[in-house]
Amino acid sequence: MSLNNEFKPKIVAFCCNWCSYAGADLAGSSRLAYPADVKIIRVPCSCRVNPMFILRAFEKGADGVIMCGCHPGDCHYSTGNYYARRRMTLLFSMLDYLGIERARTRVEWVSAAEGVKFSQTMNEFVEDIRKLGKNVRLEDLRCRN
Amino acid sequence: MQRIGVFVCHCGSNIAGTVDVKRVVEAIRTEPGVIHAEDYPYMCSEAGQQLIAKAIEEHKLTGIVVCSCSPRMHEATFRKAAANAGINSFMVEIANIREHCSWIHKDVEEGTEKAVILARAAIAKLNLDTPLQPGESRVVKRALVIGGGIAGIQSALDIADAGYEVDIVEKTPSIGGRMSQLDKTFPTLDCSACILTPKMVEAAAHEKINIYTYSEVEKVSGFVGDFKVDIRKKARYVDSTKCTGCGLCQEKCPSKKAPSEFNRGLNTRSAIYTPFAQAIPNVPVIDTENCLKFKTGKCGICQKICAAGAVDYEQQDEIITREYGAIVVATGFDTIKLDKYDEYAYSQSKDVVTSLELERIMNAAGPTKGHLERLSDGKAPKNIVFIQCVGSRCSDGRGKSYCSKICCMYTAKHAMLIRDKYPDTNVTVFYIDVRTPGKNFDEFYRRAVEDYHVNYVKGQVGKVMPQPDGSLLVQGVDLIDNKQIKMNADMVVLATAIEPDPSVRNIATMLTASIDTNNFLTESHAKLRPVESPTAGVFLSGVCQGPKDIPETVAQAGAAAVKAIGLLAKDKLTTNPCTAQADILLCNGCSTCANVCPYGAISYENIQINDHGIREERRVAVVNNALCQGCGACTVACPSGAMDLQGFSNRQILAEVDAICR
Amino acid sequence: MHANNQAEKIKEISGVNPYKCMKCGKCSASCPSYNEMDIKPHQFVSYVINDDVEALVESKSLWKCLSCFACVERCPRNVEPGKLVDAARQLVVRQRGMDYLQADEIPELLDSELPQQLLVSAFRKYKR
Repeated sequence: MSLNNEFKPKIVAFCCNWCSYAGADLAGSSRLAYPADVKIIRVPCSCRVNPMFILRAFEKGADGVIMCGCHPGDCHYSTGNYYARRRMTLLFSMLDYLGIERARTRVEWVSAAEGVKFSQTMNEFVEDIRKLGKNVRLEDLRCRN
Repeated sequence: MQRIGVFVCHCGSNIAGTVDVKRVVEAIRTEPGVIHAEDYPYMCSEAGQQLIAKAIEEHKLTGIVVCSCSPRMHEATFRKAAANAGINSFMVEIANIREHCSWIHKDVEEGTEKAVILARAAIAKLNLDTPLQPGESRVVKRALVIGGGIAGIQSALDIADAGYEVDIVEKTPSIGGRMSQLDKTFPTLDCSACILTPKMVEAAAHEKINIYTYSEVEKVSGFVGDFKVDIRKKARYVDSTKCTGCGLCQEKCPSKKAPSEFNRGLNTRSAIYTPFAQAIPNVPVIDTENCLKFKTGKCGICQKICAAGAVDYEQQDEIITREYGAIVVATGFDTIKLDKYDEYAYSQSKDVVTSLELERIMNAAGPTKGHLERLSDGKAPKNIVFIQCVGSRCSDGRGKSYCSKICCMYTAKHAMLIRDKYPDTNVTVFYIDVRTPGKNFDEFYRRAVEDYHVNYVKGQVGKVMPQPDGSLLVQGVDLIDNKQIKMNADMVVLATAIEPDPSVRNIATMLTASIDTNNFLTESHAKLRPVESPTAGVFLSGVCQGPKDIPETVAQAGAAAVKAIGLLAKDKLTTNPCTAQADILLCNGCSTCANVCPYGAISYENIQINDHGIREERRVAVVNNALCQGCGACTVACPSGAMDLQGFSNRQILAEVDAICR
Repeated sequence: MHANNQAEKIKEISGVNPYKCMKCGKCSASCPSYNEMDIKPHQFVSYVINDDVEALVESKSLWKCLSCFACVERCPRNVEPGKLVDAARQLVVRQRGMDYLQADEIPELLDSELPQQLLVSAFRKYKR
């Protein structure tokens, strides 16, 4: 097995506390596997995710960033995910401009009941990132080990 | 600099099975701030918590990281343990190495590596944690119940019996709701009015209950424990303090062509009316659309004949503003419109009726005085066809995808009552499934079949065709006998799907309570918190939450009342300290944050600021901690970066990002 | 003969109350002759309810039923469709005016394991 030589992407997932984080918990308690490359950061709401956080992750060497929130209309704070959706649309168009592949960033709506969707989404996303390979475009070289 | 203790839980073999716990402990010992690290089989156990308390004391820790299950599981446990050991309960971070790690990975190498990274992220966040103090907010000892049907009445009675003031707001002129329109109730065949009216009277007479009929909720502000509500009391044009309820005005009113809402438009009523004889309050209202006085300026008979002098054409709508600690929503249901179901000929024939219309036809106070007759010619029907699932279980966009739940039972009731009272009448029921989950429900349905010989046909009706002779040709299928059936009927009854009362949309928006795609109010947890809305302080009673029958509605109304009482019994509520804060030195008062805040928690103040020696008055944002729920929308919207969220600050999240990408 | 009388006759002979049927289909699910039948056992019950005895009398099913009584044994509501089939058969046999009972053959057929009614109904069916 060439496990050590295999490309292990660094993937940051922002999950809102009320839906997606609970969805990830459900994926866990249902033992629905997805690659260990995904590390989850808990935020109260998807609208707490500042585009700056995503840029910072790329700068620090992340190969992919995914943001998950409640389904539109189901936000615990009524309207948070609508703001998040708009902000991410703007950010993604800017990342296009910078030459970051579109597939490196993603927004998904995962409810607390969608453990299966969470796991599937993460599997797909990691697969996409593995195909794209390492992200070097935005990486701050000083951050490299 | 923090003094951090890290506690890694085995969770038996749940974590230790795929994560080398000892290696995690060793790997994070050198992280900045960490001065103590250990592992234990069950951190959440009493012994585990004592171990944490001992370490806090021994090493003078300022914060702890627990690597264990999801914070949704035991964050509260460890916060309490930390507080008991003398450190601030918000100086606790959880690294979720079970649900997000050990349970989804099989390889120990992989699992351990990820657990270390998750622990590092939690440590990095804890290094930037500050002690937070939960605030307090008051609880107004009064509840509002929106809707005066059986659900609202029951919730109000239960809350009032516990000793709290309750206001019921009902949009129609009387309380009673849908249940007052029913003739008999399944499975006991009790007369609906006989069991409902005592409850209505009890509510009206209760010293703690105040009923606003012909009124609507217009505006809601505030939050759990401290809501402020504007109620529009529509003008009745009759002074309820003077009216004696003699009914003479209704008798003498010359305008009697208005369709009766209570009788589902099957007959007419006068322009000044009470919806039904047992209405509470027994005070009529004037329907200005049909009143001659309002339409033409001429008439005024009701005013002239009213001995009490109660009729007042000048009356205006009144806005009442009140404060409430808890709100119970009990807005109920209506039947769906059938305009998309042409195949059942509802709009073409008067003899095709909905089940709710049949309730009125069967009722002694209804348009036919309780005689079963065709509305077209007044003849007694000899053949009646019932069609189940009209608009229910339809995912074609015309109806509702859900099962309306009550139709199987009320159809069995109707069929049985008709066969009992008119044994010469043939009754056929077309059904997809007969669903009778409930105490004595299946036995009831079986009685209709076995004792009353109601002909149940498994299969749907494709078409109802009105014939020139006035009969209705029903074309259906019998899936058991594999035959298409064509039969003549004199009357067709449609078990029409129910949907939440349309008024609920507006109310949900005012309360920021979420509703699903079918307009049913969402519960906080489908199984474990079925009567609470995710919006704190809002409780759900009756069909506004989902289809249910009368006993279920009453049970849920009681449950909602208990939840409301539990809230009202508290003197103070602790508020979440993870709220937004504006850095007044960075804020330029642009109002962007206030525009995105869903709670109206942000206001602006002019304050004196000493900015590096420059003293000036500036307009800055101020967050009301009691209103702020901590979503963080404002933090990202703020163009100057002045807004930050306590407990999830920019620096903390960035530190987590850094730790993960390291 | 009036159809209604026939249906009543079947109910009377069999002692079965077809209205107890809840159309679950367990009789048909149990029937070893299902594939041979034109009117299936569960339909048999609703034919009686709907007074369509004519069709039953004409049907192949009447003679394909083995009288194994699996349907009687397994019916969750004690409708006992097999007895209806047997009653319908008896109706036909009676109409033909056959002498269907020869007493001296019975002792030979007796077996303590067999339900008595099975013997009687099989006897009716296979005579001549």
